[in-house]
Amino acid sequence: MTEYADAPDWTGPLTASGNLRRRERVSRAIEFGAIAAAIIAVAMLALVVAGVVSHGASNLSFSFVTTNESAIAGGGIGNALIGTGVVVAAGALLAIPIGVLTALYVTEVAGPASRSGRALKLGLDLMQGLPTVIVGLFIYGLIVLSQGKQTGWAASVALAIVMLPLTARASQEVLQLVPASLREAADALGVARWRAVVGVILPAAAGGIATGSILAVARAAGETAPVLICNSIYTANTTQLNIFTHGIPTIPMYIYLSTDSIDPNAIKLAWAAAFVLLICILAANIGARVLLARNRARILGG
Amino acid sequence: MRLRRRAPSQPAGRTGDRVLFALCAFAVLLVGLTLFGVIFQLISNANPSISRFGLPFLTHTTWKPNKPFETFGAGAMIYGTVVSSLFALALATPLGIAIGLYLSMMARPGVRAVVGSMVEMLAAVPSVIMGFWGLYVLAPFMATHIEPALHSVLGFIPLFGAAQTTGLGLFTAGVILALMILPIIASLSRDLFMTVPAELKDGAAALGATRWEIIRGIVLPTTASGVAAATVLGLGRALGEAIAVTLVVGNLTKIQASLFKPGVTMASLIANEFQYPESKLHVPSLFYLALVLVVIGLLASLAARAIAGRFDVHSQFGVT
Repeated sequence: MTEYADAPDWTGPLTASGNLRRRERVSRAIEFGAIAAAIIAVAMLALVVAGVVSHGASNLSFSFVTTNESAIAGGGIGNALIGTGVVVAAGALLAIPIGVLTALYVTEVAGPASRSGRALKLGLDLMQGLPTVIVGLFIYGLIVLSQGKQTGWAASVALAIVMLPLTARASQEVLQLVPASLREAADALGVARWRAVVGVILPAAAGGIATGSILAVARAAGETAPVLICNSIYTANTTQLNIFTHGIPTIPMYIYLSTDSIDPNAIKLAWAAAFVLLICILAANIGARVLLARNRARILGG
Repeated sequence: MRLRRRAPSQPAGRTGDRVLFALCAFAVLLVGLTLFGVIFQLISNANPSISRFGLPFLTHTTWKPNKPFETFGAGAMIYGTVVSSLFALALATPLGIAIGLYLSMMARPGVRAVVGSMVEMLAAVPSVIMGFWGLYVLAPFMATHIEPALHSVLGFIPLFGAAQTTGLGLFTAGVILALMILPIIASLSRDLFMTVPAELKDGAAALGATRWEIIRGIVLPTTASGVAAATVLGLGRALGEAIAVTLVVGNLTKIQASLFKPGVTMASLIANEFQYPESKLHVPSLFYLALVLVVIGLLASLAARAIAGRFDVHSQFGVT
């Protein structure tokens, strides 16, 4: 009987050799690359946040948040904070009901697979794809030119267009999660469709709609381009609440305009304003995420 | 006693249903009207510029809005937009796909949730803060470290000319844009990779494929068109970003070979110049520029949909 010198030991433990070892080395290199990519992304977020925090925190004080911007440059962000709140709130009051209604149209009236449902989805996708500076120009042509001056209201409408696709999509997703059994139960009881919507379906989806709206509002609060085009002429040192007749100071404009300022102090104050804005937006995002996870679990579990 | 002909809730229900339907239809109509309104407003406001410069506007590279010249051409802006967006895409696409792979195939569920939300959080940073950080933190770092290093290694390519002192230019703009579109590509590709049927991956693993071979042989081919669509979506976002770019791009309406030199994009020019028109045709020309930008963006959007429409892993493999 012939013994082969290089015959493998069939009974021994399996070990990678030759080609397989190379293949595993390639695989491990790729895995390492993927981990490195994730680390890079997280590190970049950390760098941005750390930059804003380290530059902003030292210039932040209670009076900075409460006092108004001064007439020339610098000063606090009190009126800008209120202004951002008012302008974004007015936009949200437009965007959220319309967003929810479009979502209801898809889930309760037409159905997601219907022709109009798909056309609406295309429209919302295109709307979301519009650069925000274009939205600003649209509202400039529509409202600012016809009114003859820049107003906070114009910025509100522009921000509503930014928010609408976000609220519509979030509402539609959560409305589709509402169990069909709830609708069937309402139908079986002879409840009119609109009463089922108002009394059963919307309450079940309210939490999800709220979190989607929070995310949209957080996005709009930081939008600068539409505000720059529709609402950048204002009196810096007054708290202005009448959005229909006046330009309203906002935090994004406070930060943006500081880069043109000759006062070196303006940039320090803008860092502090960026800090306030970033913290608010990140907090809203984290909060909304937590709420969303909880709501989803509640709807699907209950 | 006379019986009512209808139950009392019925007419109210019918009216209520009609009101609900009308409200919903009205909301849907508003979406459509807005989209048409955007196009209409852009065309009507750009009209003086369109009739004066016509299509050569797209290739003409001189932009001198001030009084004696009043020459408007979009060439430099189109160049800057295309170059900065493609550069951003070149940086963000491989990174985003790698992050998607890590999150969908390698990370444990707890880590996946945390890292995934942190990547998405990068998209929540407002563009003005991104631009502000880019202007005062990233650009100086680019000027003193990255750009000289790239110039010394790749200086023979005209794109990597001598570093500027400010760091403001198309290169820095591209990096900022990459940071802004990275979360889009990463989270979309993660979602796509999660839809790849486990049977396919398990089958490959059972045949002895390594993880990379599963990725290359199963995951990427089944999701390729979806990933391409995600990339185009990221591109659309990069094309239209105005504020962050205008803060770091240098705002010089000139085509220069080196990426490190100041440049301009369509959106950044609009944000930078719209408030201060210098002549009668200045604002119409900015609207014309916006129209060009919207047409390019819409084409990208529709392309993304067309590509994504062909993607359906479940029907492709008959897995339900």
